[in-house]
Amino acid sequence: MGETLIQKIMARASGKAAVMPGEIVTCAVDLAMILDSGGPRKIWPRLEQLGVGIYDNEKVIVVADHFVPAADPQSAAILKLTREFVKKFDIKHFYDMEGICHVVMAENGHLQPGMFCCGGDSHSTMGGAFGCYMAGFGAIEMSGVVVTGDIWSVVPETIKVDWSGAFGEGVAAKDIMLFLARELGMENAFKVVEYGGDTIRNMSMMERMVLTNMAAELGAETGLIAPDEITLEAIRAGGTEPAADALEWRSDDDATFCAEHNFDARTLVPQVAAPHKPSNSGPAEDFEKDKIHVDQAYIGACVGAKLTDLHMVASVLKGRQVKSGTRLMVAPSSKKIMREAAADGTLATITEAGGMILPSGCGACAGLGAGIIADGEVCISSTNRNFQGRMGSNDSFVYLGSPYTVAAAAVAGEIVDPRGMLS
Amino acid sequence: MSAVTGKTWVFGDEINSDVMAPGIYFKEPMDVMASHCLEAIDPSFASNVKPGDIIVAGRAFGVGSAREQAALSFAHLNVGAILAKSYARIFYRNMLNFGVPALIFPQADEINAQDEVTVDAIAGTIENKTTGKNYAVSPIPEHLMEMISLGGLMPFLKKKIDAGELKTGAMPK
Repeated sequence: MGETLIQKIMARASGKAAVMPGEIVTCAVDLAMILDSGGPRKIWPRLEQLGVGIYDNEKVIVVADHFVPAADPQSAAILKLTREFVKKFDIKHFYDMEGICHVVMAENGHLQPGMFCCGGDSHSTMGGAFGCYMAGFGAIEMSGVVVTGDIWSVVPETIKVDWSGAFGEGVAAKDIMLFLARELGMENAFKVVEYGGDTIRNMSMMERMVLTNMAAELGAETGLIAPDEITLEAIRAGGTEPAADALEWRSDDDATFCAEHNFDARTLVPQVAAPHKPSNSGPAEDFEKDKIHVDQAYIGACVGAKLTDLHMVASVLKGRQVKSGTRLMVAPSSKKIMREAAADGTLATITEAGGMILPSGCGACAGLGAGIIADGEVCISSTNRNFQGRMGSNDSFVYLGSPYTVAAAAVAGEIVDPRGMLS
Repeated sequence: MSAVTGKTWVFGDEINSDVMAPGIYFKEPMDVMASHCLEAIDPSFASNVKPGDIIVAGRAFGVGSAREQAALSFAHLNVGAILAKSYARIFYRNMLNFGVPALIFPQADEINAQDEVTVDAIAGTIENKTTGKNYAVSPIPEHLMEMISLGGLMPFLKKKIDAGELKTGAMPK
């Protein structure tokens, strides 16, 4: 009987010939990513308490991205402690203010098909775009992982989601995920979502990473996309030569899925999720009649400010101005993306339209940094989550949309279908 | 780990980890963070919950962020047990790793706020003393039973390290 990709990955990581969904396995961890927020400051005291160090200073990777750059004394102290941890434990891979962890992993060739990786952030699922297992865990569990180098898991069933056809103008990978949050709900815990179909095969890695990132919003263990030549090219661009067997990491044709969905990208329209959850979504055009005034339009986070996202923003803003009474803030997902967007003129288009550029980091997406919102304010955001209080005040309102839709709202001063601004 | 008895606090579906542990308090000490637990949906919860009290919730409890503070807030407030129709994966793991029993309880709708309830997570029994109803539920998974009995992941690892059963790096000088 055929195996799914996740079965193959977990069989390899647990040292077994084969595993079945529902089986409890202990997997060896190939990469453990920890962050300033839930990393050293939580884990170091626990190591002291246990009187041990870490299992492998090549495999434990540290990223400072949540409290960057320090905006208050506590943030400065947390970042200082993070740097001291890296020195003390002789961590070989440390990314200090280089960008948001999930994007930095992809940019630097850390992820290979078939790997088993754990990250101390729920959107670690993003790494699954490389055909590897990468899932999020709490700091308490990552404390265990950096000590033992392994973790228990229940082998998940797989939900197969295939998309066919090309997007219409003004439609993006983000719209797929806001649509799926509504269609599949947020309660797919301990299941994997594997994406396929020609729509996905024609996407760049940055677009594919939107789908795996927001597998977290479906409540899934992780998202997976089987590797192809585009995957291998991205690994090479990160300075790593793909393993010889890289393309063999895929679900068998006769693998068993717990559910299979087929959707047509040609009929998908821009989507918006209303407060206070990503599954509360519908077509952007349906929001127009309510004339929802937008105080802030935010382009940011791991999912929503990659180079492809900034290009979408620029395509809307070119020759237009941000509406008076609305503020546009753009925090590119990484320093590398910031550099590339500066070099190709994208940042100039954004600033000429009246947008403000913020540092690369998790920032306002999680209510941590510059750009949080006040009581009664409305923000439309290219980020992945809009739970109550997520971006600041408990009495604020966050809508989610694609970079096109957020940029269009910045220009209109209210939520609109972006397709009217792309012709 | 013995049975716990406490008053219930009842919440709905899809209560997310952002409202359990708001990001704006991330840099504060744990007692401050815990004092804001669930304030967006019940401002009285954190100041009125008593040690041993039981949380009852609907579907996808703890959905969203990996932040351990969501689970740690309940542990910090000495919550006795959590009974939900279903859990978000990371929150469920965090809760058990902090040694607080989290059980799947399909009949959560039959519990009212401030009922007196006894939970035995090892036997998998729930007794609602207010209504007189008894329930059998799945106990804590077998492979996690020892960890929960010892109080969570850290005591469990400590025991293995002390017994020489775990090989890892040494704490650098």
